[in-house]
Amino acid sequence: MITLTHYLVLSGILFSLGIVGVLRRKNLLMLFFSTEILLNAVNIGFAAVSKYYGDLSGQIFSFFIIAIAASEVAVGLGLLVLWYKRSGTIDLDSLQMMKG
Amino acid sequence: MFELIAFYTFSILVIGMFGIVVFSKNALYSMTALAGGMIFISGFYFLLGADFLGVVQIVVYTGAVMAVYAFGMMFFDTTRDIKENIKFKKIIYTLSLLSAMFIIFILLAPVYSFRVEALYPTIKGVGNIQMIGLILFTKYLVPFELAAIMLLAAMIAGIVLVKVKMEETPSNIEVAKGEK
Amino acid sequence: MEKYLFVALFAPLIGSLFSLLFTAKKKNTITAIVTSALLLISFVSSLTLLFAVHGGLVLHVKMMDWISAGNLNLPFGFVVDNVSVIMMVTVTLVSTVVNVYSMGYMMHDKGYNRFFTYISMFVFSMLILVMSDNFVGLFIGWEGVGLCSYLLIGFWYEKESASWAGNEAFIMNRVADLGMLMGLFLIYWQFGTFEYDKVFAQVGGLNPAIVTTIGLLLFIGAMGKSAQFPFHTWLADAMEGPTPVSALIHAATMVTAGVYLVIRASPLFSLIPEVGHIIATLGAFVAVFAASMALVNRDLKKIIAYSTLSQLGYMFVAAGLGAYWIALFHLMTHAFFKSLLFLGAGNIMHAMDDELDIKKMGGLFKIMPYTAILMAVASVALSGVYPFAGFFSKDMILASAFNGGNFYIWFALFIGAGMTAFYSFRLIMLVFFGDKVYKKLGFHPHETYPFVLWALLPLGILSTVAGFVEKPFEGFVTQILNKYEITIAHSTELGLIFLTSAFVILVIVATVYKYARGGFSKQIEKMPLYLLLKNQYYIPQIYDAVIFKPYYWLSTFAWKQIDVRIIDFTVDLIAKTFYGLGQKSRKMQSGNLSDMLRWMVVGIVVLLALAIFYRPGM
Repeated sequence: MITLTHYLVLSGILFSLGIVGVLRRKNLLMLFFSTEILLNAVNIGFAAVSKYYGDLSGQIFSFFIIAIAASEVAVGLGLLVLWYKRSGTIDLDSLQMMKG
Repeated sequence: MFELIAFYTFSILVIGMFGIVVFSKNALYSMTALAGGMIFISGFYFLLGADFLGVVQIVVYTGAVMAVYAFGMMFFDTTRDIKENIKFKKIIYTLSLLSAMFIIFILLAPVYSFRVEALYPTIKGVGNIQMIGLILFTKYLVPFELAAIMLLAAMIAGIVLVKVKMEETPSNIEVAKGEK
Repeated sequence: MEKYLFVALFAPLIGSLFSLLFTAKKKNTITAIVTSALLLISFVSSLTLLFAVHGGLVLHVKMMDWISAGNLNLPFGFVVDNVSVIMMVTVTLVSTVVNVYSMGYMMHDKGYNRFFTYISMFVFSMLILVMSDNFVGLFIGWEGVGLCSYLLIGFWYEKESASWAGNEAFIMNRVADLGMLMGLFLIYWQFGTFEYDKVFAQVGGLNPAIVTTIGLLLFIGAMGKSAQFPFHTWLADAMEGPTPVSALIHAATMVTAGVYLVIRASPLFSLIPEVGHIIATLGAFVAVFAASMALVNRDLKKIIAYSTLSQLGYMFVAAGLGAYWIALFHLMTHAFFKSLLFLGAGNIMHAMDDELDIKKMGGLFKIMPYTAILMAVASVALSGVYPFAGFFSKDMILASAFNGGNFYIWFALFIGAGMTAFYSFRLIMLVFFGDKVYKKLGFHPHETYPFVLWALLPLGILSTVAGFVEKPFEGFVTQILNKYEITIAHSTELGLIFLTSAFVILVIVATVYKYARGGFSKQIEKMPLYLLLKNQYYIPQIYDAVIFKPYYWLSTFAWKQIDVRIIDFTVDLIAKTFYGLGQKSRKMQSGNLSDMLRWMVVGIVVLLALAIFYRPGM
């Protein structure tokens, strides 16, 4: 029998993967991919809780998260393209202007 | 039984796909793997009885988001590998594990102490999509409309940002002003 | 009549504010003319008030409510009665003369306009002091004249000695003012009010010990302002200021404020004769003490300054013995002849290019006869020779000392009178007669401007004739002051007067004779007594060793050890800690996005851990 714990552990594993991607990769595009993974991990958690408690709020939240992810991609990619035009690279280490 | 098999199959597939996304050196592979992973995740939604969410997942992520990424990647020189010299590997994995564990712990704690009560309980005999629609257009009407505006704004922003001509990038404009 | 009061009070303030506009500008004669005119207006108003008060009027004006806080209620009121009107007339008269005189004296000074600002400001403060109907107003005027005195002593502030003397005067007065302030607090504590009328109405029912304390504390303030021992050193050093200032502030008006305070608080002081006795004894001591220092001094202005100290001692004797009207009378006559003496000295200084050593002068009579005559008049008046002003007031003081049975005070004053005669005529002889030493030293003295001499004329006349108003003065002032009856037999009194006069005249004749023959030999300057007097009893050195040096040491200790080592160190430590932390945490801000992300995740982990493990209520 698959319980809520199963789903939450899966969600946790995916979340870990996402964070590893965020911290590990130096490619800005990969950073966006990892962010998508993080958001999806959370979505699974919401959907699972929603199912096991018979409460639809979780699904609604997942829905909104998907909407936010879509906007994030649109704006983020736009900025990324702009940055690439400026610097010719999407290496994360090229962003050093805020050095204190 | 079917549920068990399906869950584990999808789990392995999704973890594998996302693993490729995170660890692959080729951005193209990553993207493809991500698209696959997204579709497999929708499998979980169907398993959980969230039919609407499953459909949205496929349509939005695989259809829209991944398409945008695919177009976006055309701007970049993806063949050129980006040097990935990663320090602090141990720190990264420890941090990831710790944060995930904490989140799961926080989520599970109320589950096991039975303190959660359904705010909008599901009604037997009413379809998932119908329920979602009911709630979305009554209780969550305002956030829904706001999300629509947000998406519109994001769309405009995306278009404007990418539309700027190559020679008129902000840095060039600044330099040109300075030279005058 | 109220308008005369306000005119008399505020005309000097207006003059001061007017010339204030020009202080940063070049010399402008209009400041002198306007301030002189306004002081003259003030004098005329005061004179009008004098006649009105003589006609039986007592003005009591409440200008406004000044401070009203809780139980404290201070009206800003003025009173013009028999005592204050005498002071007003004296102050405004002398200040008008001095102001006109200064037009000549300060003619070539850089701070011309500034000088007249200060003088008028001083007169305004002095009028506040004498006209106030409560102790707080008196204290404001008291501090106001102190400030103006400080500014005027240090008028030539680029001179180190002048600014030092200004500071000395100011600080010494502050020390004494502490006593005065405590007296005022005690008054308020006991009576709940500062107004003279209410205080003096209740003073009789009070515990004598407290009245004595109040009297002593107020007298400490008076000692500071009137430069009585041990606060006397500032007055001699105050001669660093311009000479008209010495005449106005440090001879005629401000230094007599202490005497005025005692007279004003006479209902209080007459309840405590033992304090009065202390005052009288101290006054007699200072009268001789200061006169003895004047005997040997060679500085023209310091001689007159010590003379002032000595005369203030006389006034305190009279005030201490309860002869308040005599003290006030001597205050008035002294204001006339002492300011005349100072202004004459100013003429000499002017002629001699600010040379002060009287041994370098001599034979100036031929060149400046009018100044010489005026100064001689003032000296005769100071010595107390009939019929000059000083004779009447000084003999009244001597008679009152004898009357109270305080023969030692009388004897001290008697000796003091002889010393006064000696140093006055020593000065006259050395400056105006004898060898023309200045010629060898290359001075080219000249008589001063005629209008300056004309300005001095009223003082000269008053020094001569002011004594004859004694009887009307007594009747006028004792309407509100205690009457003082001379109970000794008339023949004894006449005998005393004759004795004193004979002694004084004898001393004068002897002095003139001696100095006409060339003065004392050089041998006398090596005598220990001479050295003791010349060095002012070594009191400045004693103060230096006993007060200044330890205090300096203490201050240095506090600075080096406490301030630098503890306070500064603590402050610096805090600053350095945060600076160091900033330097360390600066590395966090590498500008690299992955570093930032890493820190962000660290933050998330910490917050999550806190959310799980930190339970404040459990």
